[in-house]
Amino acid sequence: MQELSAELIRKKYLRDEMWPSIFCNGCGIGNVLDYTLRAIEELNLDLDEIVFVSGIGCSSRLPGYINADGLHTTHGRAIAFATGVKAVNPDLKVIVFTGDGDCAAIGGNHFIHAIRRNVDITVIMVNNFIYGMTGGQLAPTTPIGSRSTTSPYGNIEPPFDLCELAKVIGAPYVARWTVSHPYRPIKSIKRGIEKKGFAYIELLTPCPTAYGRRNRLGDIKELWKWYDENTILIEEYERIMKYGSDEEKERASKMIKIGVFQDIEKPEYFEEYYKLIDRLKEGGK
Amino acid sequence: MIIVNEDWCKGCGMCIERCPVKALEQSDKLNRRGVYPPRLKENNNCNYCRLCELICPDFAITVIPDENLLKKTVKPKLIPVRRVRA
Ligand SMILES: Cc1ncc(C[n+]2csc(CCOP(=O)(O)OP(=O)(O)O)c2C)c(N)n1
Ligand code: SF4
Ligand code: SF4
Ligand code: SF4
Repeated sequence: MQELSAELIRKKYLRDEMWPSIFCNGCGIGNVLDYTLRAIEELNLDLDEIVFVSGIGCSSRLPGYINADGLHTTHGRAIAFATGVKAVNPDLKVIVFTGDGDCAAIGGNHFIHAIRRNVDITVIMVNNFIYGMTGGQLAPTTPIGSRSTTSPYGNIEPPFDLCELAKVIGAPYVARWTVSHPYRPIKSIKRGIEKKGFAYIELLTPCPTAYGRRNRLGDIKELWKWYDENTILIEEYERIMKYGSDEEKERASKMIKIGVFQDIEKPEYFEEYYKLIDRLKEGGK
Repeated sequence: MIIVNEDWCKGCGMCIERCPVKALEQSDKLNRRGVYPPRLKENNNCNYCRLCELICPDFAITVIPDENLLKKTVKPKLIPVRRVRA
């Protein structure tokens, strides 16, 4: 097999006429697409077996760039549409691209209930801490103290940690990484697609235009560095919370945890559903 | 060899910034978007680790390993292992 290159991705996966993308200079959403396509290539999947579903937002524009079937739906409803696709044809792989606003705010209920049912979809959440497309309003994921157009003096609302949420509701696969380090996200997306059941992969993605600029996080290089400096591996976090000094604990508690939060096996909703149908067809009760 | 799809480059500079051996620099020719795409420095230090290609959000760089040039690939630090020091 030819080693995968950007040129090969372009020929095999992208809709050329849509490129270059609409994303701002330094935006990490393109990286999310890059890592997803590399995961798909490594799994040797055919694009005809996959449907990409998204809601509304900068991040939700991604399906339009891929030369595959996609649904660009309404704000917050990507997971609901994805569940519908899966209901009609459980053989399809369904990959959802959603923003933090799309997934955690307006789409929050779809998110928790799809996890509760354990629908076999892969949700790739682009967390840029803000509503990018509409000019930078506060999202449920905006860190405390951050400025947005609707929190000009600093945010006082505690943010959601969607990985912890997904974990307690019982999503079989939950992981969070930053886009500044490519290999782990690719590995997690692969694992998520392979997982039978709901896989949630959150990627911390720089948005220099709506978030970085307003929060004075510096130029693109500084902003990317911010992600490296303010994240901590779960294992390291736990080690510090056990053995660290008070100062270390204080510092670690301010950082965002990255890593694999959960990786378990569970019965999948549509498998159970079709089992039920078979049982009833055979005259069972 | 490095192929830059110049008109897709937005000039974010992350490829230049993150190359572990600082093999890239800005070229001196503006592209259609009015930015300077990257190019290899004259003194080619590239070890074909592909990090620049992976990290480019716009699929603008393709790295083609040079068959005759048997430089060792040095894998850059790719796993975010940040230690907290008080
Ligand atoms: C029902 C509805 N409410 C509000 C909007 C306006 N709107 C469009 S995108 C968006 C937020 C997008 O934020 P996010 O999901 O974080 O995506 P990003 O643009 O940051 O990638 C909002 C509120 C809408 N399109 N539809
Ligand atoms: S507004 Fe932010 S999220 Fe949207 S394209 Fe620009 S940088 Fe990316
Ligand atoms: S392949 Fe690696 S060494 Fe070569 S320019 Fe890209 S990042 Fe630098
Ligand atoms: S990472 Fe890509 S878009 Fe950014 S400067 Fe390099 S080639 Fe251009």
